[in-house]
Amino acid sequence: MDILVVLFLITGLFFFLGGAVGIIRMPDFYSRLHPAGKLDTLGIFAMVTGLAIYNLHHFSLEALLLSIKMFLIVFFVFLSSPTATHSIVDAGMRAGLRHWTKKKRKG
Amino acid sequence: MIVSNNGVAKKAGNTRPTFYKSFFSFLITFVLMFLSWIVLSGKFDSLLLWLGGISSFFVAYYFYDLLFPAMESGYVKVFFRFIAYTPWLIWEIIKANFHLLYLAFHPRMKELIDPHIITFKTHLKSDIAIATLANSITLTPGTITVTADSDGVFRVHAIDSESAEALPGIMLKKVAKVFGEEI
Repeated sequence: MDILVVLFLITGLFFFLGGAVGIIRMPDFYSRLHPAGKLDTLGIFAMVTGLAIYNLHHFSLEALLLSIKMFLIVFFVFLSSPTATHSIVDAGMRAGLRHWTKKKRKG
Repeated sequence: MIVSNNGVAKKAGNTRPTFYKSFFSFLITFVLMFLSWIVLSGKFDSLLLWLGGISSFFVAYYFYDLLFPAMESGYVKVFFRFIAYTPWLIWEIIKANFHLLYLAFHPRMKELIDPHIITFKTHLKSDIAIATLANSITLTPGTITVTADSDGVFRVHAIDSESAEALPGIMLKKVAKVFGEEI
């Protein structure tokens, strides 16, 4: 059981790390939003799953309710994160920012 | 529950179908509110349960048309089909997340990615179908919905050609099937 928890937590950490590295390495505003908005959602899903399993170690009704509450966090992040990403992209489009393409670069 | 029955009947008037519709949305709102009360409070004293029941009754009585505005017979079917759609969506999210993770750590990332904007038109009618498709596209990594208007025209920013090619196909079909619309 502990192994499963650690596995989930490390997976979540790895996704968050990937998100952070992606934000730094991507070439422009729009492509930076890809790792920022989405690797985080799967990262938070993996971490909360790990924590919920850890919380159910000593099984009781209150622990179960607490785990359900944790999954409510995941639910709302899954709802709000794409909406927030979409509105940021929309704001960038309205401001007239061009997106980075391969052809602009030479060499 | 008898009290709630009378309350809604008075409000909805005499016509039977409207009464049934509003009563169902009232009932679902009540059950949802009460369940979230139980989950969030986590205590099972009879006083607290009664307080939760009364407050969720009032919320459901005044705002029953807010969450489920038009309760029709096809609505329940849509709900279950949406439940059946979620596991596929989650699996797709996980698969595409690994693809994006691979891109983020790749040493020659700038040769792999090819950001561009694609536009496609669908024949989805209802707002909720368009919103679901837009959010599904954004959740699936590699693609972000830029605009989605009520005519069903989508503009999508895709990070590489692989995720752009997969786009208007299977996900649109699934969403259209869930909401019972033609593509």
